[in-house]
Amino acid sequence: MALRVGCAAPPGRAHDNKTGSWRVFKPIFKYEQCVKCGLCEVVCPEGCVYEREDGYYVADYDYCKGCGLCAEECPVDDIEMVQEEK
Amino acid sequence: MMEILEGSHAVAEAVKRCRPQVIAAYPITPQTHIVEALASMVADCDLDADYICVESEFSALSACLGASAAGSRVYSATTSQGLALMFEVCFNVAGMRQPVVMTIANRAMGAPLNIWNDQQDSISLRDSGWMQFYAEDNQEANDLHYIAYKVAENHDVLLPAMVCFDGFILTHTYEPVDIPTQEEIDAFLPPYQPVNVLDAKNPMSLGMYATPDYYMEFRYEIEEAMKRARKVFAEVGAEFGEIFGRDYSGMVEGYRLEDADIALVAMGSICGTTKDAIDEMREDGKKVGLLKIRSFRPFPSEEVKAALAGVSKVAILDKNISLGQKGAVALEVKDALYGTGTEVLDYIIALGGRDVRKRDIRAVVDLAEKGIGDQFYGLRTEVL
Repeated sequence: MALRVGCAAPPGRAHDNKTGSWRVFKPIFKYEQCVKCGLCEVVCPEGCVYEREDGYYVADYDYCKGCGLCAEECPVDDIEMVQEEK
Repeated sequence: MMEILEGSHAVAEAVKRCRPQVIAAYPITPQTHIVEALASMVADCDLDADYICVESEFSALSACLGASAAGSRVYSATTSQGLALMFEVCFNVAGMRQPVVMTIANRAMGAPLNIWNDQQDSISLRDSGWMQFYAEDNQEANDLHYIAYKVAENHDVLLPAMVCFDGFILTHTYEPVDIPTQEEIDAFLPPYQPVNVLDAKNPMSLGMYATPDYYMEFRYEIEEAMKRARKVFAEVGAEFGEIFGRDYSGMVEGYRLEDADIALVAMGSICGTTKDAIDEMREDGKKVGLLKIRSFRPFPSEEVKAALAGVSKVAILDKNISLGQKGAVALEVKDALYGTGTEVLDYIIALGGRDVRKRDIRAVVDLAEKGIGDQFYGLRTEVL
């Protein structure tokens, strides 16, 4: 993104800020016990967990801040938080 | 036309001729007469501006920020505690690159409560990204407003500016002031041409948040604009001089410095007293001169170094103190003179309205000759 004077930006440009870089722990969706309940999508405070075409769920790692709510709430314990190397 | 005007009214007349479209201000001593006069002009239809009555200085500058972002030329004025209340907004105005011009009627900071003059208020905002120009007399206070708008609104700059003049010493003093005509100022200062405008048909956000990936670059751009402001100020000041006969091309101004051995350095109204004291000392054979700092931000380090190249000692008259260090002007001058070997002595003087007379300036020079400095001058030790 080229800078504009005074940090002026049209609507929607907040997407340019890839807040996923703030993450320490990354949620790994294992798909071993997953029952496709979708609770991870519901509880995600960032709104970045979404349903794939095959019905399983995954996080958009550009914006996932690694809060771990999805892993904590997953009823079948199928999401693992793994410390990320950068 | 030459008129005998109170300093505040001289500033109000200047602001009127700059045709601000929005004025938002909150009255506070010693700034009140400026905004009272402007409010009267608006009420009497002498000035076609929206005058927004606000409940605080925070709101005053916030209203100015919004109006400026919508493309208006805006104006405010404040002092001391009022400026302190604007602190947060000051950084936002600069960061959003809005060329707001604001008069500071310099006054001491509380506590203890004190309505009299020193320059602690604006000095405390030196890192906010605002340009700061200091006036020696009411003529200069008047003229610097036209120049401030023209420099601030230049697309190579786009930074806000404070025009600082000493509370009471200038704001409440009547002096002859040559006020340009409206036609002359209209020719000198064309309408503001904004770069980004808040417009519902073309939505735009200003001052959006910037992550660590972008924030430093925005700060760098402000600093680069400050650097460019030095050149723009010189050009605009020279243009003003050609039209009106009063040259403001210099961010500093020397007085009898050519063969001086000791140079005093000061900002604002104290320069007038200092010049008179220098004339007397010159008659006594002392080679003393004055370097007046007109622009504190951006700070003209190169001009200061060049102007003080021939002197062996520099005595700074600081009407402020960066508590825990020295006076702010001394720190800047020391930085400019680093490596030259010139001795720099700092004197904290005239805080909270303590009067400075010619004999005080002479006494400072006597101390400097003896190498005694970096201290408060004129302390009443009997009450300590």
